Amino acid sequence: MHENENQAIKQEHTGFPWKQVVGLILSLGLTFLALWVAIGLSLPVNVTLTIIVALAIFQAFIQLFMFMHVTEGTEPVHQIIGILFGIYVAFAVVAGSIWILAHVF
Amino acid sequence: MQNITNFLSHFFVTGDPMIYGADASIALASIGIVVVLTYFKKWKWLWDEWLTSVDHKRIGIMYIIAALLMLFRGGVDALMMRTQLALPNMHFLNAEHYNQVFTTHGTIMIIFVAMPFIFGLMNIAVPLQIGARDVAFPFLNALSFWLFFFGAMLFNLSFVIGGSPDAGWSSYAPFAGAELNPGVGQNYYLIGVQISGIGSLATGINFLVTILKMRAPGMTLFKMPMFTWSILITSVIVIFAFPAFTVALALMTIDRLFGAHFFTIAAGGSPMLWANLFWFWGHPEVYIVLLPVFGIFSEVIATFAHKTLFGYVVMVWSMIAISFLSFITWLHHFFTMGNTAPVNAFFSISTMLIAIPTGVKIFNWLFTLNRGRIEFTTPMLWALAFIPNFTIGGVTGVMLAMAPADYQYHNSYFLVAHFHSTLIAGTVFGIFCGLHYWWPKMFGYLLNEKLGKWSFWVFMISFNICFMPMYFLGLMGMTRRMYTYPAGLGWGPINFIITIGAFGMGLGFIIMALNIVWSAIHGKKDTTGDPWDGRTLEWSTASPAPEYNFAHIPTVSTRDAFEAMKEEKREGRTKPQLPFKPIHMPNNSGIPFIMGGFMFVAGFGFVFEWFWMGIPGLLGVVACMIARSFVYNDHHHIPADEIERIERAAGRLS
Repeated sequence: MHENENQAIKQEHTGFPWKQVVGLILSLGLTFLALWVAIGLSLPVNVTLTIIVALAIFQAFIQLFMFMHVTEGTEPVHQIIGILFGIYVAFAVVAGSIWILAHVF
Repeated sequence: MQNITNFLSHFFVTGDPMIYGADASIALASIGIVVVLTYFKKWKWLWDEWLTSVDHKRIGIMYIIAALLMLFRGGVDALMMRTQLALPNMHFLNAEHYNQVFTTHGTIMIIFVAMPFIFGLMNIAVPLQIGARDVAFPFLNALSFWLFFFGAMLFNLSFVIGGSPDAGWSSYAPFAGAELNPGVGQNYYLIGVQISGIGSLATGINFLVTILKMRAPGMTLFKMPMFTWSILITSVIVIFAFPAFTVALALMTIDRLFGAHFFTIAAGGSPMLWANLFWFWGHPEVYIVLLPVFGIFSEVIATFAHKTLFGYVVMVWSMIAISFLSFITWLHHFFTMGNTAPVNAFFSISTMLIAIPTGVKIFNWLFTLNRGRIEFTTPMLWALAFIPNFTIGGVTGVMLAMAPADYQYHNSYFLVAHFHSTLIAGTVFGIFCGLHYWWPKMFGYLLNEKLGKWSFWVFMISFNICFMPMYFLGLMGMTRRMYTYPAGLGWGPINFIITIGAFGMGLGFIIMALNIVWSAIHGKKDTTGDPWDGRTLEWSTASPAPEYNFAHIPTVSTRDAFEAMKEEKREGRTKPQLPFKPIHMPNNSGIPFIMGGFMFVAGFGFVFEWFWMGIPGLLGVVACMIARSFVYNDHHHIPADEIERIERAAGRLS
């Protein structure tokens, strides 16, 4: 470990940020696609929800790989713990809320 | 003319002599500050040294000053409530005013006192404890502070302009919705808390990265001081809990400003969803304000027992267990809302489970004290008083966790006594403990021990006079948020005793304020940088710490790194003095302050639904972001000869 001189965010910037531009266009595309599925098509509610959730998961991966540097970094164990804890919390809030709100208003 | 008068009489809160008194005192204090700054020509100093500073130590001090001011305001709210309740059928506050006062008391104490005070202490101590020169993102750190500050100012404006929120700090739908709660009060709550919440989230990210990435060479995770560990885990909880609150606040803002129905039954919304989302953040929030003080007590108890902390690894795993469990207990705040039995049973058990790691920590502190050479300084007194007082709060928490029994206790004064026992004996004792402990590191002199002990005893005894009888009052049937009660229920004498205790706590706080003023003039100078015979790295540098924290980044090989260094020195193994090298530091920036100001303008606009004001305010925020992204020269180097000069002036060179 070298002397830490506020170097936490030092990285190389080379060339045009194509990755981020592609990520932005894909994110916008997926968002409008979801909007169109919900408003433009008159599918059954369950089908609409399934498609939107699938698009959302795809978009989450775009965020992770295009913007959030998930493949970079020297200590991948931090990323794994962070993502696992995130999945745990997301599961707790979604499953917990559905379970709790199923019988009350 | 008629229109203008009409507008002004709604814009400003009118009709209450106490509010006019507050108006006058705010105006006088503001004029006083401006006059003093102008007379002593301190405006430039204020801007250059403080408002634009990205130094974690200065940001920490500003957090603490703001939190102390907010503690005063929240405390006055509490005393107003206790005056109203001192005797049956009092007419000090009317029902509406009482509702506003308990709402602002709760919101301010949690969001604008407990959190910023803890953020202040961690700003001061964490980079020093891990041997770093600053946090990972110093600019973001300043931005976090100014977002908190302007959010708090916006919220506090409500009681003189437009009217305060009155739906309780938990602001349950449907009462907090537009239909039942018209006016701007609830908008102040939603937007003020939202703005400072963005700052809190950024602080969580900042300290997670700082602790993971900027530790001194040799300091592995399991060699970190316990306070740093507690902040690491707190940061994780902040990052995962706050988004739920951000979303809940945004949804209710959309409900109120744009007529949506997320939380109203009218168009298929669910009022229960608000309680659900609020407490999904709200329960982890309890641990956000408790884990850091567990860290402070661990440091202070080890330091003044002059022993290494008992069961370090178990302490760490207990906190990790708490961080997991804290996300699956939230329903215990609304057992009585008509959930099914399996739901209540699950959350009842998860809540009781969380008492296990907390209990483990209590025993670890006791065993640290066992056979220690205990020194009864002011910080140590706060830490020792925490153990029994907090345990009472914890045990009554387990009583409340039993869902069937909770139907008896729910929303009674038993509950009020319980959460004050944990939040005062835990968080407030902890921040006072940390304030006295790290004060010399912040300012270079010690707080007076005699006055410190007086404030401790007065506050601690009054705390028990205030909250012990409250448990029994709750069991006798008095519920929270009642603005008055009839005579003849037997509640009068107990309420009167509680009010005496509340004013005693106010007296304790005044003695502490007096101590701060007295010590600023007469306080004993800390020339060594190590006034307490400390064990961790923050005591290895000068008091107050220089801008760059450490002339040489320390190398760490064990826990209690500074204790090990002193041991080496006693054995006569001194390292040769290395030459100084230029130090790389971040530049100050005015952008965080200006951005916070734009946020305030935008927030004020949205509170009054004046979009002509809100939208330009947000555009100003975006403009600040763009301006920042074009700042290429954001750092400077402190030359070696200047470091030598500073070190010599601090008496660190022989």
